[in-house]
Amino acid sequence: MRVMAAGLLALALAGAAWAGSRAPVLDAPRGEKCVEDAATMRRSHMDFLRHQRDETVHRGIRGARHSLAGCVECHANAKDGAVLGSPSHFCQGCHAYAAVKLDCFECHASRTRAAQAGRQARSP
Amino acid sequence: MNPIDTSRRAFLGRTAAFAGVALAPGVLLYEFAAAREAGQEASAAVRWGMLVDTTRCASGCTACVDACNAEHGVPKASRPTDAQWIRKVELKDLRTGAVRSAPVMCQHCAEPPCVDVCPTGASFKRADGIVLVDRHTCIGCRYCMMACPYKARSFVHEPTTGQKTDTPRGKGCVESCNLCAHRVDRGEKPACVDACSAAGHRAIVFGDLNDPSSEIALRVRSVATSQLRADLRTDNGVRYQGL
Repeated sequence: MRVMAAGLLALALAGAAWAGSRAPVLDAPRGEKCVEDAATMRRSHMDFLRHQRDETVHRGIRGARHSLAGCVECHANAKDGAVLGSPSHFCQGCHAYAAVKLDCFECHASRTRAAQAGRQARSP
Repeated sequence: MNPIDTSRRAFLGRTAAFAGVALAPGVLLYEFAAAREAGQEASAAVRWGMLVDTTRCASGCTACVDACNAEHGVPKASRPTDAQWIRKVELKDLRTGAVRSAPVMCQHCAEPPCVDVCPTGASFKRADGIVLVDRHTCIGCRYCMMACPYKARSFVHEPTTGQKTDTPRGKGCVESCNLCAHRVDRGEKPACVDACSAAGHRAIVFGDLNDPSSEIALRVRSVATSQLRADLRTDNGVRYQGL
């Protein structure tokens, strides 16, 4: 029994250490609350965005709940207004951690409207 | 002589009365069309169009082109292969010497050849008449560029930087004037129209061609206007006055 408890404790510590060393430390969002809870967003944000992009581009529906521009406005770095640029930048940091190619921003703006207008420093 | 069929006459009368009622909500629809609410889709009751008055368009003025480039984050075209959404064209009648200047951009055809030839469905016409490229499905084959009689479309050859939030654009896709769909959806006018007014020319009128009380519909009804290459019967949403 004692051995088992020690083993569990060791596992738990190892887990914590793993998460602590590898999990990305990301920029804090500006808003108070995301459009969905964090677990849902982690798993399904790409589906939400994919669904809404067709609604917006083809049917012209604006102001819907899941918008890429909305993500950028809230999750951008406070200094340069971008979601790309370093391992702590929100989108890049997590995609690098998950080893998933991020190609949204080859076309879409990766900086907030304020940053585009030059009201914030440009990203490097 | 046949007796008059009164029941048929009564039926026709009722139908006419019903049609009158049905028209009223249609008229209301036009009023709401300008500023669409969040979650509402583009309405087929609307047909966005532009009227370019070439007698007011100043030769050498590029306010519309500059405003378009700034609005969509398109760098000023310096090489023949650079993307160009709108360009100024000068026409000269060699016999009379009359010179006309006008901007030419995507003509937002009712029967767009670019949509006919697109193999992936990326080139499409929105319900309100705006012809767009869905860059998510565009494979960059450039058939639409060959099909367009107005040379309105460009291919993006090189990686892009400095994109605007409302205008994603990237290498490998075809693009063209989108009639500032994001501004129109907010109830504003396209950037070129506002810039032309700001420059004091007011040569471009934007509005709903289907709304009989809109400025553009009134103008199109009262003065002679023409569509470019009307012989192709693409029924352009952009019309020209004084050509």
